[in-house]
Amino acid sequence: MTDKEKAIAYWKENVKYLVGLLVVWFIVSYGAGILFKDELNTIRLEGFKLGFWFAQQGSIYTFVILIFIYVRLMNKLDKKYGFDE
Amino acid sequence: MSVQVWTWILVGVSFALYFGIAIWARAGSTKEFYVAGGGVSPLANGMATAADWMSAASFISMAGLISFMGYDGSVYLMGWTGGYVLLALLLAPYLRKFGKFTVPDFIGDRYYSNVARTVAVICALVVSFTYVAGQMRGVGIVFSQFLQVEINLGVIIGMAVVLIFSFLGGMKGITYTQVAQYCVLMFAFLVPAIFISLQMTGNPIPQLGMGGTVEDGTYLLDKLDNLHRELGFNEYTNGSKSTWDVFAITLALMTGTAGLPHVIVRFFTVPKVKDARKSAGLALLFIAFLYTTAPAVAVFARTNLIETVNEQAYEDMPEWFRTWENTGLLGWSDKNGDGKIQYVKGSAIDGKKPVFTEDRGEFGERVIANPSTDANEFYVDRDIMVLANPEIAKLPNWVIGLVAAGGLAAALSTAAGLLLVISTSISHDLIKKQLKPDISEKGELLAARISIVVAIVVAGLFGIYPPGFVAAVVALAFGLGAASFFPAIVLGIFDKRMNKEGAICGMVVGLLLMLFYMVRFKTGLIGVMDPLPAEDWWFGTSPEGFGSIAMLVNFVISIVVSRLTKPTPKEVQEIVENIRIPSISGEAVAVELVYAMLLRHGLIRYFDTVSFCILNSIHSEKMKKRHEQKLVILSLGLFLLLNIPFILIFNVEEAVFGIPIIYLAFFSIWIASILISFIVIKRHYE
Repeated sequence: MTDKEKAIAYWKENVKYLVGLLVVWFIVSYGAGILFKDELNTIRLEGFKLGFWFAQQGSIYTFVILIFIYVRLMNKLDKKYGFDE
Repeated sequence: MSVQVWTWILVGVSFALYFGIAIWARAGSTKEFYVAGGGVSPLANGMATAADWMSAASFISMAGLISFMGYDGSVYLMGWTGGYVLLALLLAPYLRKFGKFTVPDFIGDRYYSNVARTVAVICALVVSFTYVAGQMRGVGIVFSQFLQVEINLGVIIGMAVVLIFSFLGGMKGITYTQVAQYCVLMFAFLVPAIFISLQMTGNPIPQLGMGGTVEDGTYLLDKLDNLHRELGFNEYTNGSKSTWDVFAITLALMTGTAGLPHVIVRFFTVPKVKDARKSAGLALLFIAFLYTTAPAVAVFARTNLIETVNEQAYEDMPEWFRTWENTGLLGWSDKNGDGKIQYVKGSAIDGKKPVFTEDRGEFGERVIANPSTDANEFYVDRDIMVLANPEIAKLPNWVIGLVAAGGLAAALSTAAGLLLVISTSISHDLIKKQLKPDISEKGELLAARISIVVAIVVAGLFGIYPPGFVAAVVALAFGLGAASFFPAIVLGIFDKRMNKEGAICGMVVGLLLMLFYMVRFKTGLIGVMDPLPAEDWWFGTSPEGFGSIAMLVNFVISIVVSRLTKPTPKEVQEIVENIRIPSISGEAVAVELVYAMLLRHGLIRYFDTVSFCILNSIHSEKMKKRHEQKLVILSLGLFLLLNIPFILIFNVEEAVFGIPIIYLAFFSIWIASILISFIVIKRHYE
């Protein structure tokens, strides 16, 4: 592969990862925490109503995990295309 | 030991720690001191970023806000952490690669246009200003409790302290001080939360305790919902905003905060793109500790507050009640004459703030001149919840002192960084890059100095005078950031075809739409029209949430216009290709140098400013002439001492314990002046 092709392939994979991660990001915060909150609130998790828990706790945990997955994926990707320093 | 003594000790120790670190960090060679980047590990950088991000607003106000908003408060929790995900995934690595040190720089270069740059500068300034104003208010609240003075005086003292720390700097110094501040503020936030969680639910982890059971076996959240229902409030876990509005506000906050300039700057200081990603992850982890504890604290505080206050006699109120009443952040007017506090739905006062007369009522309470006709008798400022929480829960005195130290750490770490962002925006982005490209380095520095003077005065005044107005502008700032900045940056990276016509049209339309909506529904135009009521909101979107609609409009317009106009020039396309790939290094970044320049040349004017501020604001208080004169003399003396020719005496190469003599002179003079003004002010209040 030439550098140019490599760069394009790298970028494509990068965007694919981003879309995947942002879909999760959206579903957890806007989906579980806001849009479907009332439905989820019928389910109890100990003293929490589930929708409320997602809005004030669960979404934040997910965000942290998402960024670390992103860091891992990108580091691997950098290596695969030889862009790591 | 009393709360007061503990507060003094803990605040003193933590401040000594910051000073010590700043001095240690500057002890090496001058060069090493200024160029921090290479030496800072992602871990330290992550903590520093977290401290930058967690402002006084997060530390002091957020849990209080959530405590009064219940479920609706989730917009802040998700908005500010979720925005961080956007920042880490979509912006930080690429902006780091781009290698310029301000966001307007990126927009200006990427869109090869000064119009675009100007719009970006304006947004950066509005966001930073409103942020600093919030910090100042936070510092003021802490100091007002800490020194037992009125909040306005607290703001002024806070301004002075923030200034000291903003030039203690050098990037390395700032970074490591922020690491310490992060530890202090986290400790200070977690300790009382753990105590209270144990006390109320028997579970030491607040995040779990929040969902635990109280003594009689019912779940804490259910108990709180019941209390809310009884008193006529909306259920705590449901809130009162519509689902769509919560959605819109969260989106506006997320996209608005993703563009916060003082946090983005942090990512330019790590050496590699890889490190930028990693420290982004670590920073969010550190932020999450606070952000998941805050809603738990909110629940505890709310329950405790209702139980302590409602239907209890004023005379039985504990010590903290009167302390806060004296600061004017809490009040009670006995409307039905039974001597008990009724805390139910409705506003206790007419207007936004209580007006206290000098008189004391039948039970010794401060008389409020503007009570409302609602049944609610109890006014409490949301901002005091975190600070008052340990006292309400009857925690040991040292915990209460610790919280004050934590609040100060939070405010200091954010404010110092923001002040520098403001001055670089003006001097570098606006003047150097736009108005006067041929300006000398000296001239640029002068501009930086002047702009920081203006920044401090304005921020201080915001903090002192109009909290209602600030709240409106804060919402406006996030909305504006979302409506203008965010699409331009994201499209600049992810859409190669995006050209200047598209970006500018999008930003201008987004900005104007947002402004129009804010004026129409939130602020009104003085003398022309009043804001329209909530029934007229478009699609039921509140002004706070409208930024998300304006942002979508911006995206659509940008894309449509860019496809109809001529494509981006070749060299710009190459820039975009280049920033997408991590390894081909961008040019080294000079944030550290900017800090250093400001540090070296800006010092003198900072000092003048503060004395000016003290004077100016003291003037508005009803102060005895003779005390006022003392302050005038003090600031004149300061002006002389800190200016040429006197200061040149110290302008020598030598150092004492590694601190250059000139800095030492500055700080000793400065600290002495603070002590003197403090004594004068304290006398006045006695």
